Amino acid sequence: MQKIGVFVCWCGSNIAGTVDVERVAQAVANEPGVVISTDYQYMCSEAGQLKIRQAIKEYGLTGIVVCSCSPRMHEATFRKTAQAAGLNPYMVEIANIREQCSWIHKDKDEGTEKAIILAKAAIAKLHLNTPLKAGESAVTKRALVIGGGIAGIQTALDIADAGYEVDIVEKSPTIGGKMAQLDKTFPTLDCAACILTPKMVDASAHEKINLFTYSEVEGVSGFVGNFKVKIRKKARHVKADLCTGCGVCTEKCPSRKAPNEFNQGLNKRGAIYIPFAQAIPNVPVIDTEYCVKMKTGKCGLCATVCPSKAIDFEQQDEIVEREYGAIVAATGYKLINLDNFEEFGYAQNKDVITSLELERLMNAAGPTKGTLLRPSDNEHPHEIVFIQCVGSRDVSGCGKPYCSKICCMYTAKHAMMIRDKYPDTKVHVFYIDVRTPGKNFDEFYRRAVEEYGVDYIKGMVGKVVEKDGKLLVQGSDLIANEQIKIEADLVVLATAIEPDPSVKNLATMLTASIDTNNFLTEAHAKLRPVESPTAGVFLSGVCQGPKDVPETVAQASAAAAKVIGLLAKDKLTCNPCVANSNELLCNGCSQCANVCPYGAIEYINKEVNDHGKREVRRIALVNEAVCQGCGACTVTCPSGAMDLKGFTTRQIMAEVDAICK
Amino acid sequence: MTVNEKELAERVIRISGVNTKKCMKCGKCSGTCPSFEEMEYHPHQFVSMVEKGQIKKLMESKSIWTCLSCFACIERCPRSVEPAKLIEAVRVCVIRQQGENHLKANAVPEKLDENMPQQAIVSAFRKYSK
Ligand SMILES: Cc1cc2nc3c(=O)[nH]c(=O)nc-3n(C[C@H](O)[C@H](O)[C@H](O)COP(=O)(O)OP(=O)(O)OC[C@H]3O[C@@H](n4cnc5c(N)ncnc54)[C@H](O)[C@@H]3O)c2cc1C
Ligand code: SF4
Ligand code: SF4
Ligand code: SF4
Ligand code: SF4
Repeated sequence: MQKIGVFVCWCGSNIAGTVDVERVAQAVANEPGVVISTDYQYMCSEAGQLKIRQAIKEYGLTGIVVCSCSPRMHEATFRKTAQAAGLNPYMVEIANIREQCSWIHKDKDEGTEKAIILAKAAIAKLHLNTPLKAGESAVTKRALVIGGGIAGIQTALDIADAGYEVDIVEKSPTIGGKMAQLDKTFPTLDCAACILTPKMVDASAHEKINLFTYSEVEGVSGFVGNFKVKIRKKARHVKADLCTGCGVCTEKCPSRKAPNEFNQGLNKRGAIYIPFAQAIPNVPVIDTEYCVKMKTGKCGLCATVCPSKAIDFEQQDEIVEREYGAIVAATGYKLINLDNFEEFGYAQNKDVITSLELERLMNAAGPTKGTLLRPSDNEHPHEIVFIQCVGSRDVSGCGKPYCSKICCMYTAKHAMMIRDKYPDTKVHVFYIDVRTPGKNFDEFYRRAVEEYGVDYIKGMVGKVVEKDGKLLVQGSDLIANEQIKIEADLVVLATAIEPDPSVKNLATMLTASIDTNNFLTEAHAKLRPVESPTAGVFLSGVCQGPKDVPETVAQASAAAAKVIGLLAKDKLTCNPCVANSNELLCNGCSQCANVCPYGAIEYINKEVNDHGKREVRRIALVNEAVCQGCGACTVTCPSGAMDLKGFTTRQIMAEVDAICK
Repeated sequence: MTVNEKELAERVIRISGVNTKKCMKCGKCSGTCPSFEEMEYHPHQFVSMVEKGQIKKLMESKSIWTCLSCFACIERCPRSVEPAKLIEAVRVCVIRQQGENHLKANAVPEKLDENMPQQAIVSAFRKYSK
């Protein structure tokens, strides 16, 4: 028989407000095995822990039940407390009487009754607990960063500077992400390329950083400290080791029909191309969709003109397998598709553009060499309307329910820059709210209004239609209570952003979770903002939620700090609550291996002694270092052979029995 | 608001099924409304006035008859508030009042003129056959 101590926590009024803690302690005092049952204001405090340690020694306890907050909060604390008093840490059970009881009940009697039941269940389980010993696993001292935007670059640089190897896998032909497409950046208006490209160069020159551009992650297995990742290096059809980046091929290519992604499709590029002048690596890619040779077999001009013989039409995708201790997702965002917003006429009118297109139209390396010309006729626009919140804060199903967070600021930036460069241009901004929290942000927006005379209109645009070469913008001015009509030359839509669509597939591979908007979820919204709930997987940049560059960089460095903390360890303590199979019950059916998300189960042929009958059987064997204790196999096994240490079927049934009594 | 107006507001909410609290006051409904100039109170004001219980003002206003029932405001609202349903509900409240003399549905055809859009004809029947 176990000798059990029960410790009921008040958690100030968090628990004691709706649960009569004293009554709980009394109600379980006479349960079988309980030798001491008491309550205290804060069990997690030094004084509370001391009470537990003293009781363990005084009563020679073999196990303890702490009735307190969720085990996610303080299970580790109480396990350490028990260990300090000489108890096996797995002889500790937590009855969650806060999140699952006091916080959700209003009636104190009801809350108290439930707390007593939860305490009894924990006691019933503890009777069947056995001491467990955690094993150890080694840590591969290399990190993988998926996505090479500013977030991925910053995370990689910080990890590499701490002395660890980092691979960046970037799906496009160059690193840099969206920031490379921006012209100037708020709130200081420095040129995006001027501050980004040095970081790109640093990343490519760093001896600890290895770039896999034009590459994608194909598969992930393993677990924290020991991930195995398959990377597909897509064929560039250019031999990177021979190419000198001279660009002759890109000039001579006769195919000129491919939309230039870097310029948001505002102009065309060749079939063989380097996305932009400062691209890293400075090695072209052949777009097989548009290459004449790939389509018809004729052409091959690039191969003829290439002085380094670098063109290779036969090049195939290559699969590389690498091992990592930690993985960081930094997959960023894209603008939403505007098909649901036909009122703004984006598809019909060339002069209705997105803000990202405007960035390219303002940029010296863009299709208009930095002169603001409207796409339809290359004329200077004299009246420009900006519409904020296009597709954001929309619960109608057409757009996204969240605020995209960056558009108020970049719209102020755009409006200000246009008024600065072209003072003869009238600029109107339709807004629902102007949201500019952040250091020097509101000041920035007010400058746009007060110094640059940008006309901010409180209201939304209802429709944009083309009329005699002008865009008729009809919207409301709620402060004047008027409907206004503006004949504009250019309309700019501050379009909502959404996570890169590849993140869904990636989340499955990483067993990381995504929210209803496909943003990767953090382990704790406040206290663990850069960790995913999956151990060893971290989050950096807009893939976790909308952010501007300063916030992205801060988060990227935070993620790096977490990775460094992990890679600095030589060994990780494994969770001892892992699955194991009963060799006499296992019939080798393979069902458990099919459901195991971590690939922890193998089969061996082993001689077993089944009640005197000796025979060789195929039985499941769990790799304890790989098993994460999720329990999927235990419920799948048709023979009841799989069980989870610390959560055996008997233990769970004992809890259920105690609850139902 | 008087007791009577409170009842009216509740009736309008019940008939329309609209939750006025969902409105984020963006003004897109009024930005899109083709009958804006003809209306004393605009779609976004219907939402806020019903919220405040100012139903009598709305019932006395010509706006409820100049709304075209085109439902553009419903279509465009990013918060699915459906202002035109409130306008319709206020209209219904007026029509259901005892002793008031309004156009009957069978009197509509003689009022039709050639240039009237199809949609307006359909909505005229809908309005007056309540
Ligand atoms: C019009 C506009 C103007 C802006 N102006 C400013 C400004 O002035 N100041 C400011 O602070 N912020 C501004 N921003 C915001 C800024 O762009 C972002 O904060 C920043 O780019 C976020 O960086 P990121 O690395 O998280 O994402 P991204 O820049 O999107 O980078 C993600 C990278 O990951 C790659 N990737 C995606 N999926 C995968 C995958 N599955 N495998 C491999 N690689 C993948 C992508 O190809 C990309 O290179 C602006 C945004 C817009 C739209
Ligand atoms: S072979 Fe293809 S990529 Fe090369 S020049 Fe011809 S069309 Fe361009
Ligand atoms: S940041 Fe501003 S423009 Fe963008 S969605 Fe939020 S409120 Fe609208
Ligand atoms: S469009 Fe919808 S949310 Fe916006 S003001 Fe009108 S009713 Fe309110
Ligand atoms: S339904 Fe009425 S209020 Fe709504 S947009 Fe049409 S005319 Fe305007």
